Amino acid sequence: MPPGSIQEAWDNHRFSVRLVNPSNKRHFSIIVVGSGLAGASAAATLAELGYEVKVFTFHDSPRRAHSIAAQGGINATKDYHNDGDSVFRLFYDTIKGGDFRSREANVYRLAQVSSEVIDQATAQGVPFAREYGGLLDNRSFGGVQVSRTFYARGQTGQQLLLGAYQAMSRQIAAGNVELHTRTEMLDVVVDDGCAAGVVVRDLLTGEVSSHSAHAVVLATGGYSNAFFLSTNAKASNATAIWRAHRRGAVFANPCFTQIHPTCIPQTDETQSKLTLMSESLRNDGRIWVPLQEGDERLPDQIPEAERDYYLERRYPAFGNLVPRDVASRAAKAMIDDDLGVGPHRNGVYLDFAEAIERLGIDTIRGRYGNLFQMYERITAEDPYRVPMRISPAPHYTMGGLWVDYNLMTTIPGLYAIGEANFSDHGANRLGASALMQGLADGYFVLPVTIGDYLAAHLGEQPPPTDHPAFEAAEQEVDERVRALLAVDGRQSVDHFHRELGRTLWQQCGMARNGPGLEQAIHEIAALREEYHADVRVLGDGESLNQSLEKAGRVSDFFELADLMCHDALYREESCGGHFREEHQTPDHEALRDDDNFAHVAAWEYSGAEPHILHKEELIFQNVHPTQRSYA
Amino acid sequence: MKLTLKVWRQTSPEARGDFVIYTVDGANEEMSFPELLDLLNERLTAESSDPIAFESDCREGICGACGLMINGQAHGPQRGTTTCQLHLRTFNDGDEIVVEPFRSAGFPIVKDLVVDRSPLDRIIQSGGYITAPTGSAPDANLIPVPKDDADRAMDAAACIGCGACIAACPNGAGQLFTAAKLAHLNLLPQGQPERPKRTLAMVETMEAYFGSCTNHGECTAACPKEISLDFIAMLNHDYRRARRSR
Ligand SMILES: Cc1cc2nc3c(=O)[nH]c(=O)nc-3n(C[C@H](O)[C@H](O)[C@H](O)COP(=O)(O)OP(=O)(O)OC[C@H]3O[C@@H](n4cnc5c(N)ncnc54)[C@H](O)[C@@H]3O)c2cc1C
Ligand code: FES
Repeated sequence: MPPGSIQEAWDNHRFSVRLVNPSNKRHFSIIVVGSGLAGASAAATLAELGYEVKVFTFHDSPRRAHSIAAQGGINATKDYHNDGDSVFRLFYDTIKGGDFRSREANVYRLAQVSSEVIDQATAQGVPFAREYGGLLDNRSFGGVQVSRTFYARGQTGQQLLLGAYQAMSRQIAAGNVELHTRTEMLDVVVDDGCAAGVVVRDLLTGEVSSHSAHAVVLATGGYSNAFFLSTNAKASNATAIWRAHRRGAVFANPCFTQIHPTCIPQTDETQSKLTLMSESLRNDGRIWVPLQEGDERLPDQIPEAERDYYLERRYPAFGNLVPRDVASRAAKAMIDDDLGVGPHRNGVYLDFAEAIERLGIDTIRGRYGNLFQMYERITAEDPYRVPMRISPAPHYTMGGLWVDYNLMTTIPGLYAIGEANFSDHGANRLGASALMQGLADGYFVLPVTIGDYLAAHLGEQPPPTDHPAFEAAEQEVDERVRALLAVDGRQSVDHFHRELGRTLWQQCGMARNGPGLEQAIHEIAALREEYHADVRVLGDGESLNQSLEKAGRVSDFFELADLMCHDALYREESCGGHFREEHQTPDHEALRDDDNFAHVAAWEYSGAEPHILHKEELIFQNVHPTQRSYA
Repeated sequence: MKLTLKVWRQTSPEARGDFVIYTVDGANEEMSFPELLDLLNERLTAESSDPIAFESDCREGICGACGLMINGQAHGPQRGTTTCQLHLRTFNDGDEIVVEPFRSAGFPIVKDLVVDRSPLDRIIQSGGYITAPTGSAPDANLIPVPKDDADRAMDAAACIGCGACIAACPNGAGQLFTAAKLAHLNLLPQGQPERPKRTLAMVETMEAYFGSCTNHGECTAACPKEISLDFIAMLNHDYRRARRSR
């Protein structure tokens, strides 16, 4: 950790890291895996600096990365509204929102660079929402009391990703970035303890090949799809980080997963994914359930006096804008108490009637038009007239590869940025902070810190791709692919993925307890064994084979799911999104145990149980951990 | 619901393709179109026949990965809707539905319903950006943008790059896609310095891959984001101006 006060740490660090002089940068090659917000912004910036960059993505175009789906907004401490915002306040909100389980110095730096991220995006032409005077507009997100969220209608992630994608496209045209689409990374190659490159598979031809570089950056996103049903894009997966973990990168806080309160409730068993309704809707929507259990009346037939606006009642200071973990648990409690609404009684209402009355329908349409349309397409209900129905769903993973202040994993030369790392959000991420973090990592942090590692390797060449370390890794990849095709069992990949998801959701979802987690560990092991004996993957490995792609990803999800449960079992406290039923306050809020668990649980791969635990103590010098209160 | 699907199958870019007819039982109105194909693929897998290759990822209308010709229409019959947002309640029990890939000379077929849309990336690479290297940006509020301009730029920027406009066009023209990106950048003050250069480069790259526009208007009708034809008028105007100043 850099020396000096938290305010000076990043400046001091930037001054003390070794630099690579501009003419030497072209002698270094860097592989970036992933072209979402984090990967595309890093690739563009590294190439602008003069490094030789290769980018890999399994998508057909970088613009399809899951980041494209982010809706609501991105935070920054501009304080354009003069409402008392500051770097310290964003830092404080993020540490508190994360329930005091993140690293102070990283979070402070994030708050410091947030404002530059907005400048950068605006200069690229990101069409953020404007006020009539032409200046930038803001909205609020959960867990904060200022307006610091910048947005581009309900398509903020799309517009920010297109900005980064376009900057990267400029570098591709200039010959500084070599882009490999429809190419999936299946292993990290480590030589002499340092990252030396990757093994990839061409998804169209099945060809397995190696690429070497001085440093490797993983920007491969989160692992919510371990739950099968989540708000993530269907192809989002954990293979890249899991393979890095197996090669020695330590995995931090795998059980810190976020369940988002406002998603469209599941309708049936065949459903393939869940759709988020942005948190920004909680700016104007009011959440309620009927007071009476099992009430079957339509919402407009339930008079005001018979409704429970339970968030406003329980948390008057933050109302509908409490953090996600709090809102999700409250919704679950209502649904569990048979107060749920809708045909399957698995949702709560998010009602805009009062806002439409107050602001007019046009204002509401201007703010949320595309979200309302999306809702209408899926449910065939008109949210301008009937309250939305929402329910909690897996959405984001705070856990990820452990990284130091330089964003380097425990394998020297291997970096993790964006949702793939564990860095900034502790046990619960605040809304509009993932876009901020991904872009802060990619545009402003990694391009500086990576030089520190590279400078020490000036004049050295990475090992060639016929080096034994590459050949061994290629062979392992080949064998894995072949083994999946050879099982020739009876059940489809999706069948197993659904079953895995069901177990995880029941035992390692919104509420967890010791016996349930132990049971989940057994169930997952049994299911995994069955998977490798009975999965059916048709076709061959020499052409486009989507079942084979899925099969590899699901087999890694099995291993990760086991670690998630072990981590959840180990963490005998409740914090943020990790709620152990054994540890709660009398009014059912999360009860932390700072004496025993104020640390990052970082797991080393051992190949078998027990998993090896390392602890990074979290030291709070600038904020004092308290019981979070939003009342 | 019971539906009959007539699906284009083609094992590789070089192979000859053909329609294959499948009956799907047990679909329901709530399902989205990709979920219908999932259901069929589960059945095909159970019967040991090769599942149908098709693309989709976000399944909420934003990534642009999905894209099928459904009964001859790009993304199917519902306006302003992507394939993944099309739910079976738009169809009737017993319907026959024809499912093809996005067909266009510019989009070679990869397998079954999957096509290669990489020319769209090439158009962006040729100039679809504003040069603003990281770190060089002034404070965001130093460049006020009139709300109407920002809103129009956003209308254009809403393009998801699915390629429906090209698949729908009788000439396979890439005008609406290119115009949307040009309008997004050319409407903003930040985009002015490179406006002529960008316009020339993008239009010329577009012409290398795609057919020419004869104002059919099928593109806008098929566009899931309902991007307006006005942007093509703006493209033509900008292109003429840029050529004159060359
Ligand atoms: C519906 C939704 C709405 C959201 N809204 C917001 C919001 O309003 N504000 C906010 O701050 N956050 C939001 N988030 C969270 C945020 O969008 C994500 O955390 C963030 O975009 C992740 O970016 P990333 O660059 O880390 O990864 P991703 O965008 O997931 O990109 C991953 C990239 O890695 C590639 N990849 C992965 N594995 C491999 C491999 N093995 N080989 C090759 N390539 C690989 C993929 O192709 C892709 O290019 C939202 C998330 C969802 C699901
Ligand atoms: S799957 Fe993303 S737009 Fe349809």
